[in-house]
Amino acid sequence: MSSLTITGVTKTFGTGPDATRAVDDVTLHVPHGSFTTVLGPSGCGKTTLLRLIAGFLVPDAGSIAFGATTVAGDGVRPVPPQSRHVGYVPQEGALFPHLDVAANIAFGLPSHARGGQAGRDRVTEMLDLVELPSHFRDRRPDELSGGQQQRVALARSLAPQPAVVLLDEPFSSLDASLRGTTAAAVRRALAATTTTALLVTHDQNEALSLADQVAVMRGGRLVQSAPPSEVYLSPSDPQVAEFVGRAVVLPGTATDGRATCALGEVVLSEAATGPVALMIRPEQVYVDLAHAEGVRGTVEEVSYYGHDCAVRVVLDDGTSVLARMAGVRHPSEGDVVHLRVTGLVRAYRPEGAP
Amino acid sequence: MAVLALVPLAYVVSYVVAIGPVELWELVARPRIAELLRNTITLAVACMAATAALGVALAVAVERTDLPGRRLWHGLLVAPLAVPAFVNGYAWVSLDRGVQGFGGAFAVVTLSYYPLVYLPVVAMLRRLDPALEETAFSLGHSRSRTFRTVVLPQLRPALLGGALLVGLHLLAEFGALSLLRFPTFTTAIYDQYGSTFNGAAATAMAGVLVLLCLVLLLADLRLRGDRRYARVGRGAARTAVPLTLGPWRAPVLASVGAVVVLALGVPAFSLVRWLVAGTSTEFPVAELTEALVATLALALAGAVVTTLAAIPVVWLAVRHRGWASTVIERSTYVANALPGIVVGLALVVASLRVVPVVYQTAGLLVAAYAILFLPRAVVTVRAGLEQAPAVLDDVSHSLGLGTLATARRVTLPLIAPSLGAGAALVFLAISTELTATLMLSPIGTSTLATEFWSASSELRYGAAAPYALLLVLVSIPATVLLMRADSPAARTETVPA
Repeated sequence: MSSLTITGVTKTFGTGPDATRAVDDVTLHVPHGSFTTVLGPSGCGKTTLLRLIAGFLVPDAGSIAFGATTVAGDGVRPVPPQSRHVGYVPQEGALFPHLDVAANIAFGLPSHARGGQAGRDRVTEMLDLVELPSHFRDRRPDELSGGQQQRVALARSLAPQPAVVLLDEPFSSLDASLRGTTAAAVRRALAATTTTALLVTHDQNEALSLADQVAVMRGGRLVQSAPPSEVYLSPSDPQVAEFVGRAVVLPGTATDGRATCALGEVVLSEAATGPVALMIRPEQVYVDLAHAEGVRGTVEEVSYYGHDCAVRVVLDDGTSVLARMAGVRHPSEGDVVHLRVTGLVRAYRPEGAP
Repeated sequence: MAVLALVPLAYVVSYVVAIGPVELWELVARPRIAELLRNTITLAVACMAATAALGVALAVAVERTDLPGRRLWHGLLVAPLAVPAFVNGYAWVSLDRGVQGFGGAFAVVTLSYYPLVYLPVVAMLRRLDPALEETAFSLGHSRSRTFRTVVLPQLRPALLGGALLVGLHLLAEFGALSLLRFPTFTTAIYDQYGSTFNGAAATAMAGVLVLLCLVLLLADLRLRGDRRYARVGRGAARTAVPLTLGPWRAPVLASVGAVVVLALGVPAFSLVRWLVAGTSTEFPVAELTEALVATLALALAGAVVTTLAAIPVVWLAVRHRGWASTVIERSTYVANALPGIVVGLALVVASLRVVPVVYQTAGLLVAAYAILFLPRAVVTVRAGLEQAPAVLDDVSHSLGLGTLATARRVTLPLIAPSLGAGAALVFLAISTELTATLMLSPIGTSTLATEFWSASSELRYGAAAPYALLLVLVSIPATVLLMRADSPAARTETVPA
């Protein structure tokens, strides 16, 4: 077990005018025993970053270190994947189809530890860790559900006690109900073994709910890495804001700690002056059904989800605003409501401004 | 290996270029060639049409109606694949000398080859999503109109692919047509080669034959390309509601029964009759054993060589996609369209000219087998390697295994079954190969096919019967493999010599 440090890593595919810089000067530190998710849309370079760490690819520039040991870059000859002691959990698990669950889990153990009682004990221990019953040891991969396959794949990667575990969109092929329980089980298993883990995903809910740290990638660059609440509430720019959740972005004018916009006066999280772009989360927009306090608007559309509902309101000045409210009592289309902003609002320099 | 596969083609092309257009024209533009061309094309077109009609009709009757005993009929309808066409020809002509010429050749070849259409059409019918037909019904289309407008267009790739395969088989067919005395290019090349060693005339005819084969091969490759996109998504778990035959039950049953009697019953009857008649006078156990041992030894060597040769071709095609690897893989398919007679002729001439030492050795014969049957091994091994995606190698490396250990513990165990299946298919194909074996087998070596041929072509039908029986027996396992209609092998049953 160790920390993971990536410094200025760059990887370009192709040459000449067709060259694409898949990973562009990425620097990231994952502390020992912590869980980081790399979040980005497909094609942002996050899987390439994972393959660079695993050793399947060699970076063009920059260095990768596990703890104090550099495995690539800095003039060090790249350590081949089989000597890096990384656990790798690819999409859909990729269990060895010709081996049963026990043989899959024991695959990476040295040959003397694979057979005999020691091997059996290790397999039982790992099955227990990923919360699968021990009689699963004799099953074939095709007899397991998608979620069970992912758990076995994690057990297989953890059995040789790797320095770092890398997970490549491990839950994307699971249906919604399995995704939550499998992800929670994976997180518990990683925490129980204090394993340093890096998970790549395009799903913001997954990225925010699992991790100690979220690293947002866009176009090969790392645009923000911070704890989940900070990424959500204080994203580094409006595009990140819109990627990690729904956001209302309104133009406004700031004076010190306050700003005025179509939704009235709001309190800023950081002081600013002059024209700004204000990022407001829909759940920060309070919809008042009873009192005529705040900015008046007409309900245009209601999407009811049960636990909550999203309400699109057109203000009297024509601005369209999304609000999220509890599903217990909600307005209908055409109702006149009043809106107020609660909590702190993050201000950005407006686009096109110097 | 892929280069070796191109030797026959290179030989024909270089020959045609070398003799120049004038002499070539003189060799080709003769009344005899025109007659052969007419014979070959007429028979090919007639048989392709007949097998297509028969194949689809039988497939629909077995898969989509409430015909009683459908499983049994399916087995019986595929079974003729276990009877090599030349054995079938022998069975008919030895029963009634009248079965010959165009009519006889047409009937026997159609009865031998209709399963090549029947099998892929059955496979396609099973894969079709019944929801499409249900949608057509819900839109108010009748059953017959739905079949015409929804089912038939989807069967087209399987149907055309099967018919093209029949065409390729027919262009390569030597034994049956020779026994039934219907001259085509293949039989004429053999006669020319056997009687006069007239290399020029034989090779010019081979050139025309190769051209015909390449036309069919190109059509087939185009079709394969389209098929990839036409494939129906996930295997349909539901089966379509079978059509109720009602008053048509008896006639349909009688027709399917008639096909089975003609394609299976008649050869079986003829074989048994000659077996009884022949063994009453002689039953040469020693010679039979010798031929069987020689056949099995050659088939074993050929199967091992061919399968080993397939591994690098498949590895390149699956793991290192690129134009070079595609060209290598495709070039083995060109050999697929080359009849055994052309491969045999090319290897005879090439070996005599370049390395005379290997002429009439078992090694050269094994090389011919490898060229002829490499495509079968490639397709089967490929299906296996695709079961072992590269991500498994990544996982194995991340778990600390190097390249060799990964090959030993991951890749080999995964592709071993397909290597075995590929080798088995090649083994069985070689056991019943006739044409190249006749041309290339070392003097003094007798195989089941050559012994059968020398007896039956001299009209010693009784003496040929035990060999025919053994040939059918060794063909049965391959047929059972092919009966699993969705197996990759079902599409690769290709040119027998």
